[in-house]
Amino acid sequence: MRGCVRPSRLIALGLAFALAGATARADTAPARVVSINLCTDQLAMMLAAPEQLVSISDLAADPHSSAMAQEARGYRINHGGAEEVYLLDPDLVLAGAYSDPATVAMLRRVGLRVVQFDTARSLADTRDHIARMAEVLDREEAGAALISRFDARLDALRSADTRHSAALYHPNGYSLGAGTLSDGILRAAGLMNVARSLGLRGGGTVALERLVMAAPDLLIRAAPLPGASRSEAVMSHPALTALITETANMRITSPDWICGTPHVLDAVETLVTAREGLE
Amino acid sequence: MRPLALTLSALVAVLFVVSLTVGPAGIGARDGLAALILGGDGPEPLVMREIRLPRALLGVMIGASLGLSGAALQGYLRNPLAEPGLIGVSGSAALGAVLAIHTGLAAATTLALPMAALAGAGTGVLLILMLAGPRGGSITLILAGIAISALAASLTSLVLNLSPNPYAASEIVFWMMGSLADRSMTHVWLALPLMLAGGAALLTLGRGLDALTLGEDAAEAMGLRLARVRLTLVLGTAAMVGAAVAVAGAIGFVGLVVPHLLRPLVGARPSRILWASVLGGAAMVLAADIAVRLVLPERDLKLGVLTAIVGAPLFLHLIYKTRGAQA
Amino acid sequence: MTLLSLNDLSVRLRGRAILTGVTLDVTEGEFIGLIGPNGAGKTTLMRAALGLLPHEGTSSLAALPPAARGRAAAWMPQARDIAWPVTVETLVALGRTPHLGGWQGIGAADRTHVDAALDTMGIEGLRHRTATRLSGGEQAMALIARALAQETPLLMADEPIAGLDPANQIATMQVFARLAAEGRAVIASLHDLGLAARHCTRLILLGDGSVAADGPPADVLTPENLARNFHVSAHYATTPHGPVFQPLEVIR
Repeated sequence: MRGCVRPSRLIALGLAFALAGATARADTAPARVVSINLCTDQLAMMLAAPEQLVSISDLAADPHSSAMAQEARGYRINHGGAEEVYLLDPDLVLAGAYSDPATVAMLRRVGLRVVQFDTARSLADTRDHIARMAEVLDREEAGAALISRFDARLDALRSADTRHSAALYHPNGYSLGAGTLSDGILRAAGLMNVARSLGLRGGGTVALERLVMAAPDLLIRAAPLPGASRSEAVMSHPALTALITETANMRITSPDWICGTPHVLDAVETLVTAREGLE
Repeated sequence: MRPLALTLSALVAVLFVVSLTVGPAGIGARDGLAALILGGDGPEPLVMREIRLPRALLGVMIGASLGLSGAALQGYLRNPLAEPGLIGVSGSAALGAVLAIHTGLAAATTLALPMAALAGAGTGVLLILMLAGPRGGSITLILAGIAISALAASLTSLVLNLSPNPYAASEIVFWMMGSLADRSMTHVWLALPLMLAGGAALLTLGRGLDALTLGEDAAEAMGLRLARVRLTLVLGTAAMVGAAVAVAGAIGFVGLVVPHLLRPLVGARPSRILWASVLGGAAMVLAADIAVRLVLPERDLKLGVLTAIVGAPLFLHLIYKTRGAQA
Repeated sequence: MTLLSLNDLSVRLRGRAILTGVTLDVTEGEFIGLIGPNGAGKTTLMRAALGLLPHEGTSSLAALPPAARGRAAAWMPQARDIAWPVTVETLVALGRTPHLGGWQGIGAADRTHVDAALDTMGIEGLRHRTATRLSGGEQAMALIARALAQETPLLMADEPIAGLDPANQIATMQVFARLAAEGRAVIASLHDLGLAARHCTRLILLGDGSVAADGPPADVLTPENLARNFHVSAHYATTPHGPVFQPLEVIR
C-alpha cells in the first residue's frame, strides 16, 4: 500500500537494528588476543576470558622475568615477531609502549588492531592499567573485581611509618628513584627510597660512595643471574658487604617488581614484613 | 735526573692525596683523610678505606705498570710508537681476563684472573715480536698491532656475547676502555704481586736497553744476552699489563704519552726513561682518574676515554714525524 | 799474544756456503785490513768470529762468555744505528757497558776513557750535541769513539771509514795504526785499498768465502790477486811518501 509504512516492516527494521546493535557489542569483545609484552601478558592472563588469550610472549614463561611463569605454560608462546603474530590470526594485539616500533608498525600496516600499554610508573598506574586492560578485553566485571581486591589489599598493607630507609641496588650500581614503579612499591611499604632522597628521577646509577654514606636500613638487590659478569661484581664489593652486616639485606623476586600488575602487592607485603623485622 | 725524580715523586704524592679526596660522597678533604687514617664509626671510614683508597692505589699501580711496560717495549723495539695498548698487548690481556671470568675459572681460583690476563698479554707480546721484531719498521709494528688488537677485541666480544649473563654483552666497553670505578682492596691485592714481579724484572733491563741504542749487533757484541733480554721483556710486560688489565680493563696510550714526554728530560736514555715512566705513568693515570670524577661525576666515564683524548693526537703527531724517517 | 784465533770457520746461510774453512790468527800489534769484493763475506767473517752468527769450526772469541767477550773485543757494525737522540757523550759512554758491574753507573775511570776517546777522534767539540742530529760522517766518528772507549785489546770494525771526508779517513786510519802500535789489534774491513795499503800492517783478502791472500800489503795487492778477485788493474808504487795504490781499469 502506498502512503504508509507497514507495521511489519517497522518491526522488521527495529529487529534488524536491535540485532545489529547486539552483534556490534559482541564484536567489541576480541575473540583471539595475542600479547607480545611481558606486562600485558600477565595482565591479560589475569583478566582474559577462557580461550580469549591465544598467545603470550616467551618472557612470560621465564621465571627470571615473569611472576606468572607457571600459568604461562598453559598458553602458546610467541617471540614477538610480526610474521608469527600475524599467522596466529588475532583480532587484538597487546604490546608495550616500547615494543619494537618496527614490529608494531608492521602489524598495524597489515590491518591488525594493536593496543599499547605504557610502563607502569606508580601503583596508581597499575590500577589504571588493570582498568584499561579490562576495557580492551571487554571484561569489565572481572576488572572491577580485581581492582577492588587490589585496593583492599593495598589499604591493609599501607603504612604511614617512614622511619626506615631502603635502597635498591642492582648491578652496575643501578637504582630506581622518583617516578618509578619500584619507588611506589617502597613507599607503599612505608620505606623511604634512598635513591629518591639523593635526587634520582627514573632509573640511573647511584655511586657506591653515596649509597654507603646514606646508610640505608634495608638493602634490596636483584637475584644473581647465571654466568659471571663484571656488572654484578660490584654486588660483592667489600663496602657493600660491610653495609650488609650492619643493615638487613634481602633479595627481590624480580618478577614481582617489574610489571604493573597486582603482583606488586606481593612485593609490598614482603617489604612490610622485612620492615617490621627491623625493630 | 735527581730533580726530575723528586719532582715526579712529589707530583705522584700530591695526585694520590687529591685522588683520595675526590668523590661523590661529599666528604671534606680533612675529614676524609682523618677517617682514612684514624678509622672510627660511621660511613666515612668505610668509604675512604674500601672505596677511595683502593681506587687511588690502583691508579698508582696501573699507571706505573703501563708507563714502565711502554718504556720497556719502546726501548727494546727502538720505536717510540710501541705501547701496550696500541700494539695489541692490552687487548690480548683483556681477552685472557674475559675468558677466565666467563668460563668460571676466575670464580674457582682467585689467581686465575690475573694469570689468564698475563697469558693473554704474553701471547700478544710474543706475536708482536714475531711479526715486527726489532728489525721491523714503524709501519710493520703498527700493522701488527692493529691485527692483534682487532683479533683480540673481536674474540673478546664473542666470548662476552656467548655468556648466559645478560649484562656481559655490554661490558666490552669496560674491557676496551678501562675504568677504576667500584674497585676494592681485593683487586689491589690481586694485582700487586704480579706487578711487583714484573716491575722488578723490567727494571733490570736498563743497561741492556741503553746498549741497544747502538743496534742489536753492537749490543750483543758488548755482552748483552739478547735472548734473555727478550724473555725478560715478554714476561715482565705480560705480568704488569696482565695484572693491570685484569682489574681495570685496557687503558691505552699511557705507555705512549709518558715515555714521550719524559724522553727529552732524561737525555733520551732508555734506562732513565724506565724509572721516570714508573712515576710519570702513575701521575698520568691518577690525573685522568681525578678528571673522570670531576668532569662527569654521575656517570662512569671510562678512563680510556681521557687517556685517548690526550694520547691519540700525540700518536698522530708521532706518526707524522716518523713518516719521512722510516719505512 | 793471540787476540783472535779462527780455526776452520765456516758459515752456511740458506743452504749456500758463505765462508769456507777460514783459519787465521791475530796477534797484538797488527792492524789488519779485511778486503775483498762485495759479497765476499767480510761482514760474515767478522760476525761469525764474534759469535753473532751460527758457524762451524771454532773462534776463540765466540767461545768466550758474553761479558768476557765484550771486554775482549769491540765491534762496530756497518749499520750505524743510533736509536735515540742521546748526546754524543752518552753515546760514547755506552762503550763502557761491558766494564760496568752490577747496578753501578759510569764512574770516574769510565769518564776518563770516554774523554780520551773523544779526544782521540777529535770530536771533543761535539760532546753535548745530539747524536742523531749530526751528519753521517760525524756520527761515524762518534761510533768509532764508542768502540775506542770500550778499551778492548781487539777492535773490529765493518767499513768504519765509509762516508768520511779524506781528512777524517786518514786520521781514523792513523788512530787504528797507533792502537796497533801500542800493543792492541784492529781488524777493519775496507774498500779503499789505497788507505789499506798505506796504514795496515797486514791485509787479508777474501775471495769466494775463503782466504785468497794473507800478508803484508805489498804481498797481497799483486796484479794477479787484483785481477782474479777484484777484476781491476792498479798502479802500486812505493814512494818516499809511503805506498801509493790506485785502481785503474776494470778487467773482464
